[in-house]
Amino acid sequence: MRVLMFGWEFPPHISGGLGTASYGLTKGMASLGNVNVIFVVPKAWGDEDQSVVKLVGANTVPVAYKTIHYAGGKKSFEKIEVDSRIIPYTDPEEFWAYTRGEIDSRKIVVSTDEKGRIEFSGKYGSGLLEEIRKYAIVASVIAHENEFDVIHAHDWLAYPAGIEAARASGKPLVIHVHATDFDRSGGNVNPDVYAIEKSGMDFASRIITVSNLTRDIVINRYNIDPDKVVTVYNAVDPVEIADNHLISRGFDEKVVTFLGRITLQKGPEYFIEAAHRVLKVMNNVRFVMAGSGDMMDRMIRRAAALRITDRFHFTGFLRGNDVFRMLAMSDVYIMPSVSEPFGISPLEAMQSNVPVIISKQSGVAEILTHAVKVDFWDIDAMADAIYGILNYPALSRMFIRNGREEVIALKWENSARQVRTVYREVLARN
Amino acid sequence: MKHVSRKAVCLHFEVHQPFRLKSYRFFDLGHDHYYYDDYANESIMQRIAARCYIPANKILLDLIRKHKGKFKVAFSISGLALDQFSLYTPEVIDSFRQLAATGSVEFLAETNSHSLASLKSREEFEKQVNQHTQKMKDLLGVEPTAIRNTEMIYSDQIGAWMADMGFRVTLTEGAKHVLGWKSPNFVYCNSINPRLKVLLRNFVLSDDIAFRFSNRDWCEWPLTASKYAGWISQLASSGEVVNIFIDYETFGEHHRSESGIMDFLAHFPGAVLKSTPFVFMTPTEVADHFQPIAPVQVPSPISWADEERDLTAWLGNELQTAAFEKLYDLSERINTCAGEELKKDWVYLQSSDHFYYMCTKFFSDGAVHAYFNPYETPYDAFMNYMNILSDFELRINREAPCSEEFNIARRMKEAARDKDFLIENLQRELDQLRKKVRKPVPAKKKPVAKKAAVAKKVPAKKAAAAKKVPALKKAAVKRTAGKQVNKK
Repeated sequence: MRVLMFGWEFPPHISGGLGTASYGLTKGMASLGNVNVIFVVPKAWGDEDQSVVKLVGANTVPVAYKTIHYAGGKKSFEKIEVDSRIIPYTDPEEFWAYTRGEIDSRKIVVSTDEKGRIEFSGKYGSGLLEEIRKYAIVASVIAHENEFDVIHAHDWLAYPAGIEAARASGKPLVIHVHATDFDRSGGNVNPDVYAIEKSGMDFASRIITVSNLTRDIVINRYNIDPDKVVTVYNAVDPVEIADNHLISRGFDEKVVTFLGRITLQKGPEYFIEAAHRVLKVMNNVRFVMAGSGDMMDRMIRRAAALRITDRFHFTGFLRGNDVFRMLAMSDVYIMPSVSEPFGISPLEAMQSNVPVIISKQSGVAEILTHAVKVDFWDIDAMADAIYGILNYPALSRMFIRNGREEVIALKWENSARQVRTVYREVLARN
Repeated sequence: MKHVSRKAVCLHFEVHQPFRLKSYRFFDLGHDHYYYDDYANESIMQRIAARCYIPANKILLDLIRKHKGKFKVAFSISGLALDQFSLYTPEVIDSFRQLAATGSVEFLAETNSHSLASLKSREEFEKQVNQHTQKMKDLLGVEPTAIRNTEMIYSDQIGAWMADMGFRVTLTEGAKHVLGWKSPNFVYCNSINPRLKVLLRNFVLSDDIAFRFSNRDWCEWPLTASKYAGWISQLASSGEVVNIFIDYETFGEHHRSESGIMDFLAHFPGAVLKSTPFVFMTPTEVADHFQPIAPVQVPSPISWADEERDLTAWLGNELQTAAFEKLYDLSERINTCAGEELKKDWVYLQSSDHFYYMCTKFFSDGAVHAYFNPYETPYDAFMNYMNILSDFELRINREAPCSEEFNIARRMKEAARDKDFLIENLQRELDQLRKKVRKPVPAKKKPVAKKAAVAKKVPAKKAAAAKKVPALKKAAVKRTAGKQVNKK
């Protein structure tokens, strides 16, 4: 079975869960053996992970697209790169850095294909929609050039590409909903984005959602037939714990960590308020907000106003190994998201032997048993849980031991198998 | 009295460089106890020494020699700048020593850390001024009689503390909202303790040099020595003292030498002496030669910073106040620590610059705030500073554990202090009440006595009145005697 997959980002050039999930799923597919994936992203950098799958970037070549076929046995899928200046995903993180600094945004990259010239320029805002449209145009060309059985598009940025590829080839389209605009915007849905999402969902033969929470949104908010929507939970890659032993903490206090983009969707303000409550009753603790985002400055001011900044630290955006260092230093991990379609990061924390507190408004809450679940707005319950885990070692030990077992059982291979079942159903109907 | 007709120009230069902090991350907490960006500190210090301190000192020395004692100037050099001179550019200290040896240069006292301690505690303020005075004695061999607080921060209360410490004169901003219609070109005095004279900066003439000198859009550009002397000369009829207080880095660093600022410095004193009735005096000389014309009322602190001339450059937003409160929360415990390194860090971390970098007033004074600012945003400055402060606190905890006993002891000490205060107040009240109780007795009875004296003339009541009067007189005498005894 050959799958033409459209994504928007690929490790290590990721900004959030989408890239991690796409990567994990393709790895899972590769391990199944009989599924070959052609993964398309707007921009390949050339340094993507090639340990499991052979990836080829073509961004140094000034053409619109390029396919490189590898006949070799283990190189199970190819990557086609469309040269562009777009910034991946609807990511406030990047957007913020983009508007704050002075990155050269006026540079226009011109790329050509044999049918004419396609110009990829790009600013974020309205320019993003333009990039999506162009991505779709190139997608139809790619569909003509390649052999495949089914098309799989990850998230709204790639839906138009998936639709165009399906129209060009007549093959069935499966879309994968990692998030909806209802999650990202906190209710203020952008009509343009909604239209793109809705058209993708209407056109698709099947819709995969990352949780039942998201499935309900798709069914109710986008008015989609429930029979068409299937939930396939994400998983997490195993990490070597050996590294963690090397990290020592330079102080005695316990550490409670929030790790993620500091945006409305992630609920950072509830974390600060909970921290304030905990600090009223115990002093032997430090809180860390790791990450950056459009709400960061406001959060710093809030913490300063509450006079807790000697115990509440901001680290800025963490990269690579620093994420694991941060987790290794933590005693509690907290994800108070207002709306989280899935949320892979608590699973990573559990792998690092850190007890987690997650909001009930997250998809991952549906599959985790050994985690504290609270409503994102329930600051008292959150403070209570933090205090409990920090002060009752037995509780903490139980969460660590059981959580680790629970998270080991979550494998991308299983997710990939479920996705393969979806493909088979779609193909059988065709 | 021979000086009464004279007019004076008082030139004062501020020299300060903070110890800039390196990028200190959360992960470094408890591991890394060195906070300073040595590379930045050394390279900036060497750059400014080469561009400003060395050449400008040479110009001043030449001027003093050329005018044979008629040219005078004053400096305040922060303790942190002195420390960095010793570390990176000892030749600058030598050149200041040469200036000190001429006798025409006055060096002022200030807080060692160029800190905001005067806004927090009298004790800390006095301690830092004494540290600085000691450093001036050791390095330059001078003993200051005048004082200038960090960035000209001044209030009636701070002035009174300065007077109590024995200083005769201080410098501050001629802020419009304080002066109103009054002129900065006279000598004023502190409103609590008139023994302290207050010199107010003429910010128009000062900023002509400090801010506008190289601005080609300025209608007065280019500023020449004779033009500037002309402006000073115009003030002769309406003032006694012209106070020109500026950053020393103005010469060669804020305005590069290509702008002609060094030539201006070399020539304007000559032009002033030649074509105006003004002479140069140091702050202490000004204080000796002129009588204050009025007390200046400054109930809340002013400074020379920004358009507002208040404290908002350092304590204007919640980030700054949070960091400030946190820092001085440690002040009591640091006194129980003995470690040399800790004490040194305590001095360096107090520098007002750290708070200045957290300022969020981007508009009118953004350019000034961005100058020498190592941080991209005020938030970066805050996060970095708080991380360092947290590590600093960890070290204090190790040396002087904030144990239960310590907390209890502190709480009891506070309670005792409150009680003392309460007792003092009650005692004072009691004394007042006692006085009131005693005084009215003669005050009430005297008119009665007079009436009685009048009554003497009335024959019908003669006998009764005669009996009363001596008795009252006796009582009065007894009481005054009692009072005298008490006084002794």
